[in-house]
Amino acid sequence: MNDELVRMEGISKSFPGVQALADCRFELRRGEVHALVGENGAGKSTLMKILTGVYAKDAGTIRIRGKETDIPDTKTAQRLGIAMIHQELNLVPALTVAQNIMIGREPRRFVPLFLNEKKLEREAADWLDRLRLKLDPRARVADLTVARQQLVEIAKAISCRSEALIMDEPTAALTDAEIGDLFAIIRRLKAEGVGIVYISHRMEELKAISDRITVMRDGRCIDTVATADAPVERIIAMMVGREIEPRSAPAGVSREAEIVLEARHLNRGRAVRDVSLQLRKGEIVGLSGLMGAGRTETARALFGADPLDSGEIRVNGRKVKIRQPRDAVRAGIGYLSEDRKRFGLLVDMDVQSNLSLPSWRRFSRLGWMRNAAIRHEAGKTADDLKIKTPSLEQKVKFLSGGNQQKVVIGKWLMRDCDILIFDEPTRGIDVGAKAEIYGLLESLAAQGKAIVVISSELPEILRVSHRIVVMCEGRVTGELTAAEATQEAIMKLATDRNA
Amino acid sequence: MELSTRKTEAKALPRLGAAQKLLAFASLVLLVVVFSAASSNFFTFDNIIGILLSTAVIGVLALGSTFVIITGGIDLSVGTAMTFASVMTGVFITFADWGIVRGVLGGIAAGACCGLVSGWAVARMRIPPFIATLAMMMVTKGLSLVISGTKPIYFNDAPAFAKISMGTAVERIIPGFEVPNAIFIYFGLAVAASVLLTQTIVGRYAFAIGSNEEATRLSGVQVRLWKIVIYTITGAFSGIAGIMMASRLNSAQPALGQGYELEAIAAVVIGGTSLSGGQGSILGSVIGALIMSVLTNGLRILSVPQEWQTVIVGLVVLLAVYADILRRRNA
Repeated sequence: MNDELVRMEGISKSFPGVQALADCRFELRRGEVHALVGENGAGKSTLMKILTGVYAKDAGTIRIRGKETDIPDTKTAQRLGIAMIHQELNLVPALTVAQNIMIGREPRRFVPLFLNEKKLEREAADWLDRLRLKLDPRARVADLTVARQQLVEIAKAISCRSEALIMDEPTAALTDAEIGDLFAIIRRLKAEGVGIVYISHRMEELKAISDRITVMRDGRCIDTVATADAPVERIIAMMVGREIEPRSAPAGVSREAEIVLEARHLNRGRAVRDVSLQLRKGEIVGLSGLMGAGRTETARALFGADPLDSGEIRVNGRKVKIRQPRDAVRAGIGYLSEDRKRFGLLVDMDVQSNLSLPSWRRFSRLGWMRNAAIRHEAGKTADDLKIKTPSLEQKVKFLSGGNQQKVVIGKWLMRDCDILIFDEPTRGIDVGAKAEIYGLLESLAAQGKAIVVISSELPEILRVSHRIVVMCEGRVTGELTAAEATQEAIMKLATDRNA
Repeated sequence: MELSTRKTEAKALPRLGAAQKLLAFASLVLLVVVFSAASSNFFTFDNIIGILLSTAVIGVLALGSTFVIITGGIDLSVGTAMTFASVMTGVFITFADWGIVRGVLGGIAAGACCGLVSGWAVARMRIPPFIATLAMMMVTKGLSLVISGTKPIYFNDAPAFAKISMGTAVERIIPGFEVPNAIFIYFGLAVAASVLLTQTIVGRYAFAIGSNEEATRLSGVQVRLWKIVIYTITGAFSGIAGIMMASRLNSAQPALGQGYELEAIAAVVIGGTSLSGGQGSILGSVIGALIMSVLTNGLRILSVPQEWQTVIVGLVVLLAVYADILRRRNA
């Protein structure tokens, strides 16, 4: 009788334009904690979504307890005893602990219409006891701390008789003490024969709690090793180890170049903690880190999209108060958000309008819009950036991803913004267009613009940046020049929680 | 996407938007033809003038509402703000002896103030437009009754006031052509509103905010400020409507007004402006208002009971919104 719970082999999955998973192999045994690591986009959540029935695999086999099975939907996964605890917890805040645990399986009385609240509470309390979780079944979930909410999720999963539990970044929002408590519970579950997939990027935790580690990279499962045998450097090397196309490191910018943007001690809740940055004219600074590191939050705070708790921003040496995007734009800062369709463009409006939007005030005289001038300037910008569109009146939603991104870039150029913050500039853009965007970044820097590039793709950051600033959990953990920067070095700083 | 297909798509889309306006206009023409055929009393000079006159007040309300609806918001207070403005005009002219010019300007300002408050509530206090303007509707309704002492205010001391709406200035140019001023004021305002919407920055921002408010904000536009401006404009139009109404009745009637906002919104929607914002036109709102008046008038001439008239108009609104939804799905 083997204690193999889950065996996934040859799993492949592709989405339009992207091969998310290729020939992946993963197995989970009873009573083990199996860590799954990889950088953003490696394929961890895609693989787990196939296991939990959210996605359908394109190829490969899945064996549950030795029997080959198909998992077409989440109900099947649940029936097979597979449960996932997501990073964003799936609880109903307004209901109680007991109600959340028993959700979907509430006991009824007399007629299926009526709920049997007493039985519901008793059953929930039983499960809590069995897991030795000290929670009040009557407490409202909304009133609990995140740590305790997580415990409710665990109880819920176990009460569904789950034998395979997938935990996605379970400790992201926990204090050290709470992590200790969580680990105690995980060990207890282990003893009961539950298999746990532990997705995390926190190296010390993996070393402390897991039995085996599987590393994923670019949609493949690189290797599975016993935790005891694998030092952290080896894990990181596997996470990033890929052939980088040989290219000359971009020359850094001279020290004499003036500092155009200076941020001092920016603070915003837990997301941005005492972040300080400097940006010189003509420089491209890459802002690297894992998801949740606080890069986008820092960028948005710099741009005034979100309010800062404290901190000082200086543009060209002058202190500026940035409380809303308008202030930042006036200071010459432009921000290209991660989600250009939602935040960067008015998709139902035409190319001309999108290009000129931040400049409308400048193109109006006493309120009257100078349409001819707008059209002329927009046309020039579109030509300069080589935006492929049948006409300036074309609605932006019909442009390709790369050209849409050019429109967003164009709108800031038309507004004479000299400081540009690019958040994931090549997301959703094909390989050919990516190269074009890189070239554009380089020529903008050569023209004297100062650029911040936020990217989760290490090769991309290495390719364009003169200097790389790495963040982890809201803090700046280190800085690397182009010469010193390697994927491993970045990843080390990106997972350094003790900065 | 291939360049060739993109080219054809590019041409097709502007047509679709124009198609909606064409559809509305065609419906109007159809209605006129049908009613003219059904009754010889329909297409007479007097009746057409009557239709246009009865369209004027609600038409002006619809012009103002178009701006707010394009931003993705709504203003339920336009009807009672109109009444409030007419009451204030009465106070200024009859009680405070301000004279007609100052009184009219004061009335428009009163309407604009209502819009300003609504805009503030929506933009700064972040109250959803429906609720904010619903509250405003109740407040202005009450204030109208309070200020007027629940009695109509008559303009008998200022006989020139009634001439604003009911005078026939055009007769001096074309003798015998007895067309009330109100109709010209309405169409003049429609032209002005159209220019405001399409040629000025206010209109441009209205479209942008309705299309994607957050992206507009992240492009450096002070969305909150412009929303307040736009609601104030709507309020000013309500003020003008109030003056035209008071002039027509030669009195400010504090009990009137509620219900007009729904007809104004119906006119805007029938004309092709989408309630979700981002697109619309003044021309559409004019056609929408005319469709509703023609419908009501034609049904009355055909002796359809008044209760049924409302039912039919309601169904027309439903069809118009449905047509809008279908069009968006296919776009």
